[in-house]
Amino acid sequence: MTTAEKYVTAAYLVVLGVLLAYLVIYAFKLSRLEREVGELAELARRKKEAA
Amino acid sequence: MSTSLRNSRAVALAAATAALLLVGLALAFYWVPNAPLEGFRQRIFYIHVPVALTAYACFGWAAWKGLRLLWTREQRYDLESYTAVHMGVIFGILTLVTGSIWARTSWNTWWSWEERQLVLFLVLFLFYSAYFMLRFSVDPGPRRERMSAVYALFGVVLIPVSFLAIRLAEGLIHPVVFDSQVNTRLTASQLITFVVCFAGTLALAGSLYVNELTGKRIDARLGELREALE
Repeated sequence: MTTAEKYVTAAYLVVLGVLLAYLVIYAFKLSRLEREVGELAELARRKKEAA
Repeated sequence: MSTSLRNSRAVALAAATAALLLVGLALAFYWVPNAPLEGFRQRIFYIHVPVALTAYACFGWAAWKGLRLLWTREQRYDLESYTAVHMGVIFGILTLVTGSIWARTSWNTWWSWEERQLVLFLVLFLFYSAYFMLRFSVDPGPRRERMSAVYALFGVVLIPVSFLAIRLAEGLIHPVVFDSQVNTRLTASQLITFVVCFAGTLALAGSLYVNELTGKRIDARLGELREALE
């Protein structure tokens, strides 16, 4: 592989890497939202039982 | 717009993104010939320039949404403008990194402070990065919405300056490709590849924007629900 080929590959891999990092961060965000929905559902259930 | 229609549009956009990016990659690596002056390394152009233009488009979109907020006072535009800045900063990082890699292979340096195009893009990127500091230093509410909108709108002034700097600068080494000079003009195959790659990165930005906006909307609504329940 020539030097130019290595740099071109690196440029495309950087884009792919940043997108994958974004995907991982987004997955964490989704799991947080899922946990919050669960907590709110539990809160609503307890309020309904208390009422 | 109904949720199912919005979802099917998001799926169609994601599918179009994947198809365009795959075709763009195939064209860039297997179809377009090596450039006479730059050789193989010129292929960075098909990712670097579309990503840079997409960053400009995201910042422009953020400014437009900011303007809409100031015009109509509708709260939804605040989240849309914020999401567009978020996407613009991601594409801005990609522009700076891919540009540095191209600079290293082409000019034998990672960065050149003499190049106005590079410095102005960095200024634009830092300006929009500071948007988050401003936004999170003010309590949520109409004041924050207006301040964020005005900031997003001010930043858009830097876009034409940054874009035209390459043509206005003297003694530059950054290549100019969209001009009338025969030796730097794109060939038909280069232009087609560029257009497909640009469409792919725009679709990618659109796809990420839709998903990020949905996430931010759900987050905001959950906050409202928590307040109502507690």
